[in-house]
Amino acid sequence: MTTLTAEPAHTTSAAAVQVQPVTQARVLSSEWIKMRSLRSTGLTLLAGLVAMVAVGWLVGWATNAHWSRMGPDERLRFNPIDSSLTGYHLAQLAVGVLGVLLISGEYATGMIRATFAAVPHRLPVLWAKAALYAVVTFVLMLIAGFAAFLGGQQFLSSHGTTLSATHALRDVIGVAGYLTLIGVLAVALGFIIRSTAGGIATLFGLLLVLPGIGQVLPTSWQLHTLPYLPSNAGASMFTESTDPGSLSASGGLFVLCLWVVAGLIGAAVLVKRRDA
Amino acid sequence: MIEARGLTKKYGEKTAVDDLTFTVQPGIVTGFLGPNGAGKSTTMRLILGLDSPTSGSVTVGGKPYAQHAKPLQTVGALLEARAVHTSRSAYNHLRALAATHGIAKSRVDEVIDMVGLQDVARKRAGGFSLGMGQRLGIASALLADPETLILDEPVNGLDPEGIRWIRDLLKSLAAEGHTVFVSSHLMSEMALTAEHVIVVGRGRLMADMPMAQLIAQASANVVVVRSPQATALGKALAGPDVVVSSTEKDLLEVTGLSAAQIGDQARDLGISLHELAPKQASLEEAFMEMTRDEVEYHAATPANLNGSARSAA
Repeated sequence: MTTLTAEPAHTTSAAAVQVQPVTQARVLSSEWIKMRSLRSTGLTLLAGLVAMVAVGWLVGWATNAHWSRMGPDERLRFNPIDSSLTGYHLAQLAVGVLGVLLISGEYATGMIRATFAAVPHRLPVLWAKAALYAVVTFVLMLIAGFAAFLGGQQFLSSHGTTLSATHALRDVIGVAGYLTLIGVLAVALGFIIRSTAGGIATLFGLLLVLPGIGQVLPTSWQLHTLPYLPSNAGASMFTESTDPGSLSASGGLFVLCLWVVAGLIGAAVLVKRRDA
Repeated sequence: MIEARGLTKKYGEKTAVDDLTFTVQPGIVTGFLGPNGAGKSTTMRLILGLDSPTSGSVTVGGKPYAQHAKPLQTVGALLEARAVHTSRSAYNHLRALAATHGIAKSRVDEVIDMVGLQDVARKRAGGFSLGMGQRLGIASALLADPETLILDEPVNGLDPEGIRWIRDLLKSLAAEGHTVFVSSHLMSEMALTAEHVIVVGRGRLMADMPMAQLIAQASANVVVVRSPQATALGKALAGPDVVVSSTEKDLLEVTGLSAAQIGDQARDLGISLHELAPKQASLEEAFMEMTRDEVEYHAATPANLNGSARSAA
């Protein structure tokens, strides 16, 4: 394996190596190569996609099969759109874990030093990773959302609805948007926390644990806190919530965007200031 | 050309790099020598802007590293800890780095061939041996044909053939006018490669001089003398600036006198000499001598005879 070239003299080769200045576009293409060349990227995103679709279909099938045994309250609460998009709970795990891992993996292996040596301004790396992951997640989760919705309605049969129903299209796009924003938040947390375990724990603490803790607050406090948590604000983007004080779809989008922007600003400040 | 001015880095209370001022010139291989923990790797990270200095500054080619539009063409670096994602193949690792500077794929293949990794380039870098990892690091460093090369312990984990390859590579790069800055804790390796040497101990600059001068200085005219009347000769040679020590019967090590002076004195006394040899200190010894006070823990050395001769029992 280790046959060495006999003459080290031609290391700098006859023809000069063509080298271009570092630009945001070149950093994007570099990050695109990095993202595609890790097997975990494809596997995790596939898991998220399958979870989104399979859960939507399964819930549709189960609801249809048990319709006759459902009580009147249950039937009243039933929403065919929400039911087919239930898989987002699982999909957000995949999207969140991968978002953290794309960054923490570089810190854990030492790759980040090679990355920052090539791009010493550092911030182009943060923007490239966040933007690429956002695009990839949005496209895949939009496909997953449509598949979950359309298939789910088929399984719901006569209890189902169509894309032309009120809010149906908005919710399908909304769920993809939510998962995308969670993915970007995960990327920001990856840069802030730098360790895989810490990043994942922080993300899901924020998404899953905080709302539970919020439940024990006095009701008057809950009204002013719970709707603004990233999970609840995000859910407002694509569910027909009847919870008191819950935000409108656009309000939820705005609040979740604020979380993501805050995360990215925090990440940018730390990435620029900390030793790599 | 690398220029450090008052470069200082503190991690909390610990000072890793302490007011380093030095210049690394192009056209020669400059060794960066020091015991483990002396601040060599930190200094190299400071040069690359990976860590920011507590005070002082360092420039490459007249500018801080980060201000270069094509940083990889300015400095190619091999850092001590492997800076490679373990799940990615060597080829894709290099392709991703190349993409930041718009470097063609053909150059990636070229550096892979150059370091002899063509057979394993498509395999996960995580499965690489230490030596293969070093080769991949060297391939990344050479990718953009940089003006300056910074290599942190490049021979670590390489087989003798690989070590010789590195040695020749560094020399030929320097001969082409590149600035080559190589750290090592292996003094013997540096003696064969570096023309100039910068020695650090506990973050402080200990020496910055041509390799030949370092060795000459450290040799400190030690002369090995073998004589059947070593005890008598030792007594006769002893003086205020002369140190005579003995590690075995019939053998003296004399510091402070030249071989000629010792030989003449022996003739005057009628003492026969069986051996009279000026001892060239190895770089190892020069280095030990220099950093002795800078190493936190060191083994006790055999007591020297100070100014007066001791009977060689």
